[in-house]
Amino acid sequence: MTADDDVEKGRPEAIRAVPVRHPGRWVAAAVVLVLVAMFVHFLFTSDALDWAEQRKYVTSDAVLKGVRNTILLTIAAMVGGMVLGTILALMRMSANPLLSGASWFYLWFFRGTPLYTQLLIWGAIGTLFPTVGIGIPFGPEFETWKTQELVTPMLAAGLGLILNEAAYMAEIVRAGILSVDEGQQEAASALGMSRSQTMGRIVLPQAMRVIVPPTGNEVLSMMKNTSLVAAVPFSELTFTAQTIYASTYKIIPMLVMACLWYLLLSSILMVGQHYLERHFSRGVGRSAEAGLRLRLSRGGGSGNERR
Amino acid sequence: MGDKLSKEPPAAESGGLMVRAERVHKSFGRLEVLKGIDLEVRQGEVMCVVGPSGSGKSTFLRCINHLEKINAGRLWVNGHLVGYREQGGKLHELRDREVAAQRREIGMVFQRFNLFPHKTALENVMGAPVWVKKQPKDQVRQKALALLDRVGLADKPRSYPAQLSGGQQQRVAIARALAMEPALMLFDEPTSALDPELVGEVLEVMKQLALDGMTMIVVTHEMGFAREVGDSLVFMDDGVVVETGTPREVLADPQHQRTRDFLSKVL
Repeated sequence: MTADDDVEKGRPEAIRAVPVRHPGRWVAAAVVLVLVAMFVHFLFTSDALDWAEQRKYVTSDAVLKGVRNTILLTIAAMVGGMVLGTILALMRMSANPLLSGASWFYLWFFRGTPLYTQLLIWGAIGTLFPTVGIGIPFGPEFETWKTQELVTPMLAAGLGLILNEAAYMAEIVRAGILSVDEGQQEAASALGMSRSQTMGRIVLPQAMRVIVPPTGNEVLSMMKNTSLVAAVPFSELTFTAQTIYASTYKIIPMLVMACLWYLLLSSILMVGQHYLERHFSRGVGRSAEAGLRLRLSRGGGSGNERR
Repeated sequence: MGDKLSKEPPAAESGGLMVRAERVHKSFGRLEVLKGIDLEVRQGEVMCVVGPSGSGKSTFLRCINHLEKINAGRLWVNGHLVGYREQGGKLHELRDREVAAQRREIGMVFQRFNLFPHKTALENVMGAPVWVKKQPKDQVRQKALALLDRVGLADKPRSYPAQLSGGQQQRVAIARALAMEPALMLFDEPTSALDPELVGEVLEVMKQLALDGMTMIVVTHEMGFAREVGDSLVFMDDGVVVETGTPREVLADPQHQRTRDFLSKVL
């Protein structure tokens, strides 16, 4: 049919077809609704949750201290892990086989053994290395300390998490650097930029776009993995909850309370991650605002646009 | 390869030489890409290099600013031996910092632009003078805006590369290279990645640059540009320079069969 035909015969009648029915969706929705209703009912009626007990402890000094320690450990482990991980990634990509070999060995060890086991070792570090000193390797020591006194539980927990996290961050950073087009380094070199300038100004900022999303996941898992430092032992949120229910015997209320704290912290982290990702996607494809506009217009559109 | 090579760098003032290549060889593993290139580029000269793909012309260009290390021969730019220092009859590799310093007098424009995507057009142009030459930001900004104006992009300083067309991106890339005030500009197939209707705007900028007296080496497939703007035309094939001359001579009356074959395919 050509446009002329349309003009002659007028616009054809709009299509009013009988839509396809989706009975499966209604069944699924009903099942979900019933489950939600059961869950809500459980939340309000179950004695085991003991909300009063939770309210009593949720902002107590001991729990707040545990929360603070969880936050501190997460920050320390991630910052330390990122710095050390970046160094390990650069070592891994070094032309020097000793450097890249050392980095490979580090990753092999720390990614190949469980974090919990590593933290148990950190708890007993004084047995492994009774003293720590500064001196000439294989030669005399100028200053010596007892490891037991030097390495506090906080330090042992922090170091354990940092060294482990660095191994994972190294791979994330390396993937990010490899994702940057080689032409970027060439262009920077051709402009007379030094290798560190090229890395710091050109390569790493672009690598961040690839590095940030998995690092966000790492922060989330780190926040939860801090609970493993009970192995050292060091009292963060979960350990504090355990300490409390060891005397009150109200196990579930304390663990649920700890979960609620973790959920609050991870929600805050997720919001932060969203903004970070937006920042580092600058200049890539359509800008973040353009992306938002696109989504909005799609949402408000007639629904038959191509995706 | 044991034959004597020149010890003396070509004196810039005597011959006005910007680039001098003497029997330059380059291999990637077993594959020899350059098999003895001899070339001279005078100050202010626009040399166009043509040839089939794989003939080594881009590799030669990359050797000039030491993005590739040559295996044999000698290469001078602006009186300096590229990548090495000759001392007591021996060649010493230059440190990274010294290589970087040498590259500052050579601007390079890439086939795929290689603009920094996380920086705006203005930031792309301002970057190197601020970071490398440590020039004051305000002064660089004025110069960068003037350069963007010169390449016809005075209205785009705040655009990110992804928001620009290929032709606009390549013009920003030219401005970026010019910001370092190079003595020599290298163009590696600057229009090959562009849609046909965008080629002209880039060639026009390059032509203006040539008229302003810039020394340029242009690897290109644009025979029209070579004929109109080029002072000399070099035909490379299989890692050697087959024929050199003025563009008119080479294009109108090629002396070698290989040149004739190639030109018959592209003209």
